[in-house]
Amino acid sequence: MTNTPKQVDPLNPRDWSRQPPAYWPDYKTTRARSPQRKLVRLAGSMSETTGPIFNHDDLGANDWDLLTNFAAPGECPIGPRILVHGRVLDEDARPVSGALVECWQANAGGRYRHKNDTYLAPIDPNFGGCGRTLTGIDGTYRFRTVQPGAYPWPNGPNTWRPAHIHFSIFGHSFAHRLITQCYFEGDPFIPHCAIVQSIPSQDAVDGLIARLDLEETIPHDTVAYRFDIVLRGRTATPFENQLEWT
Amino acid sequence: MAKTTELLSETASQTAGPYVHIGLSPNAAGFDIYDKELGADIAGPNAKGQRIRVEGTVWDGQGESVKDVLIEIWQPNSDGNFAHSDAVEDAFRGWGRVISDFDTGAWGFDTVRPGASGQEAPHLNLWIVARGINVGLHTRMYFPDDSDAHLTDPVLNNLDHDQRATLVAAGDATSDLATYRFDIRLQGDAETVFFDI
Repeated sequence: MTNTPKQVDPLNPRDWSRQPPAYWPDYKTTRARSPQRKLVRLAGSMSETTGPIFNHDDLGANDWDLLTNFAAPGECPIGPRILVHGRVLDEDARPVSGALVECWQANAGGRYRHKNDTYLAPIDPNFGGCGRTLTGIDGTYRFRTVQPGAYPWPNGPNTWRPAHIHFSIFGHSFAHRLITQCYFEGDPFIPHCAIVQSIPSQDAVDGLIARLDLEETIPHDTVAYRFDIVLRGRTATPFENQLEWT
Repeated sequence: MAKTTELLSETASQTAGPYVHIGLSPNAAGFDIYDKELGADIAGPNAKGQRIRVEGTVWDGQGESVKDVLIEIWQPNSDGNFAHSDAVEDAFRGWGRVISDFDTGAWGFDTVRPGASGQEAPHLNLWIVARGINVGLHTRMYFPDDSDAHLTDPVLNNLDHDQRATLVAAGDATSDLATYRFDIRLQGDAETVFFDI
C-alpha cells in the first residue's frame, strides 16, 4: 500500500554563492572529505521537507544557561559573562518559532570538554560548554555563557581559530538542517581563519559575526551580543513530488 | 539558481568541527549534563513494524574512516507517515542521531523499517556532519530487498546505475533483527550520491 502524506511546501533553493564550497584546500581536512561530484538537486520531496517537532518536554528548564547548567551549586565558570541572543528568521523575515537551537563552545581558555581535546589550557570544572533551547513564537532565543577563548588548531604551523560558538539549528524540516559558527565583532583572528574564509561572500561572513548589543547588556553583570540566524524560506507555489535536476 | 526575491539570505554553514558531540551528544564527549539527550530513539520499543539495525562507516578519499562523524536520521513510520503533519504512534519519532566509534569510525543504530511514502520506495534520510565537511551532506539509504519499488522511485530513476548503487544498503531481512550495512563514501569512484535539497 502506498501512503500519500500531507504535502509540505518545498524550500527555496539554497544560494550556493553564499555557502563555503565542499573543497577548500586552505582548510586541509576538506581535501579528503569533500564530495567531488556535483550535488544532485532534489526539490519538493516530502521526505526532506518534513521534520521532527520538538517541544519543551524535550529540554530541561536550565539547559539554555551555560553559566549554571554544569556548575556546582553556588559556583560559576571563569571568564567574561555574556548573553548571546537573537532571532531565527526565514528568508522572508518571518520568525521561525519552535526551532531547536543547540550550541557548544570552548571555555574561556580555549579548551573543549571533550575526551579528544588535549590543548594545554585547563578544563573549567564548572563549565560543560553546551546549551540548547527552543525559539519563542517571535523566533527569539538566548544563551547565557562565558566568552570562549581562541585556540590553536593543527591546520598549519601557527593557525588559530577565532573565538566562536558552534550553533546547530533545526527548523521545521530535515532540509533546513544547519550547523554554523558565531564569531565576535572585532576578533583579529577572523581574517586569518581558513574556515571562516572558505565562505565566498563577505556579506555572508558578516552574518556570522555577533555584534555588541549595548541595549541588552546588563549593567555591572553581563555583556550582550546579538546573533540572528536565517533559514531558507518555502516557495510560495507547492509542486508536489516534482523533481528538479541540474 | 540563486533567487533574488527574498528579504534575507540563509546563514552561511560552517563545519561542525571535531567536537560536535559536546553540543549534540555530550555523553559521547565524555560528560553528563542533560536529563535527556535528543535523538537516542528513532523508534521506541512500542513502535509498529519490523525492527531493523543499520551499520556502516563513512570513508574519506584516502580510505580512512571518518571517526568524528555525526549522522542524523529522518524517516516515516512503517505505514509511511512522518511524525510531522501526519498521525503516527506515540512511540515513533522518526528522527535520531548516531555517532561513530572514535577509534574505528563504525556506527550503527536501531529503528523500524520505514514504509513507502508517496511514489518513493522506502528509504532513510541521512544528514552527515564532521570536521572537514563545510556544509552538512544529505543522502538516502534504500533497502536491497525493495528492488521492484526502486524501478518506480522518482529519485533513483534520475540516477545512473552506478550512482543508484551507492544509495542501496547491503544485507537482508531474513534474520530476527534484520541488519543492513550502508557505507558512505565521500570521494572516489564509488562516491555516494549527495543531494542539494
